Amino acid sequence: MTIFDLTTDDWGVIALSLKVSLVAVGAMLPLAFALAWALARGRFPGKLLLDALVHLPLVVPPVVTGWLLLLLFGARGPAGAWLESWFGVSVMFRWTGAALAAAIMAMPLMVRAMRLSIEAVDRRLEDAALTLGAGRWRAFLTITLPLSVPGIAAGTVLGFARSIGEFGATITFVSNIPGETRTLPLAIYGALQVPGGEGAVARLAIISILLSLGALLASEILARRMGGGHGRHVL
Amino acid sequence: MAAMSFEISLIRRMGDRRIAVEVHAGPGVTALFGPSGAGKTSVLNMVAGLLRPDRGRIAVAGETLFDSTAGIDLPPARRRIGYIFQDARLFPHMRVRANLTYGSHGRTSLLSLDEAVDLLGIAPLLDRWPATLSGGEAQRVAIGRALLSGPRCLLMDEPLTSLDAARREEILTLIERVRDRTALPILYISHDRAEVDRLAAHVIAMPL
Repeated sequence: MTIFDLTTDDWGVIALSLKVSLVAVGAMLPLAFALAWALARGRFPGKLLLDALVHLPLVVPPVVTGWLLLLLFGARGPAGAWLESWFGVSVMFRWTGAALAAAIMAMPLMVRAMRLSIEAVDRRLEDAALTLGAGRWRAFLTITLPLSVPGIAAGTVLGFARSIGEFGATITFVSNIPGETRTLPLAIYGALQVPGGEGAVARLAIISILLSLGALLASEILARRMGGGHGRHVL
Repeated sequence: MAAMSFEISLIRRMGDRRIAVEVHAGPGVTALFGPSGAGKTSVLNMVAGLLRPDRGRIAVAGETLFDSTAGIDLPPARRRIGYIFQDARLFPHMRVRANLTYGSHGRTSLLSLDEAVDLLGIAPLLDRWPATLSGGEAQRVAIGRALLSGPRCLLMDEPLTSLDAARREEILTLIERVRDRTALPILYISHDRAEVDRLAAHVIAMPL
């Protein structure tokens, strides 16, 4: 049996990982851009604190992030109780919880990349747009946003790769439940724990690598297309 | 009685310097002439609405754009000012054609796209990206972009600075052509006496 004969279980793990990561990155995208914008352009008290909070998941042990999420979103946690009473939903032990953990872990990387590209936009180009009759909103949509696309793409890809690889916060927060929260890294970890799991480990590890490489290539191609013909790089 | 082209009277503190300018100019080109560091660009930015004067009044062709005592301060987008910057400032992610039409959005211009392209001799450049243009070509496109935004006047901030001698002559001739063809009032910044003498009907000295 070659490692490319994927079992139904493997496919399930891959599909779940993709779903969790895509939802995590998709939901985090607007929030990360707003945070990046505030950090790049905003002038407000507490900016340093916000900057530190955004970067926290990057430096704190993932287990701790998972535990904090557990405190917040557990049945007795403030956010968890609120979700339960207003929407009757819980993210505990659900794939949505895995997506939440992945989104939080991906946030610092996404915000960083986007912030750098917003800061790199020449504001004098926005001034030029204003003198040509564009309002603030049109100047943002036609000048600032397109010129930050490479950073947005880079942030999204990094966030996606980070989400695919997310382990510590996820297993702490929503455990390792097959079909619900068992994403690629958790499945690899699980397979390592059982005798004879080496084949599954190798298959899933290769899938992980291919997914990450594919995401990088896709973003590179995307950035070249949107960069207006003069080659720009995402990473 | 015809309105004055530029009626500018403003004061602005910049760090430890104080910029104070009085301009009362008729039609044609009005030059702000002085050494670099005199605050000439700041004056243009205030006329364009990119920088706020501490006090004063700015009117162009009889229309008040800023008046600190009357509480008038039009945003830059509504001032209808064609600003030609020293460094062209074309949008790098748009081809020349899209740069030219960026400001013509919902405004009636005195020139059509074809007429402006013809006047400036930029027909072969329309499908190019700004990064591939020479300094002189970029400045032509920048002039076209400003003209097509339906401006009530033009501001030119040392548009020849980044060009070599041959290109300078070319663009200077072009500016004369724009001046004579459009009859728009032009506020022109320079530290070059010869340039100013050739173009301007009025010269306002801005000492350091």
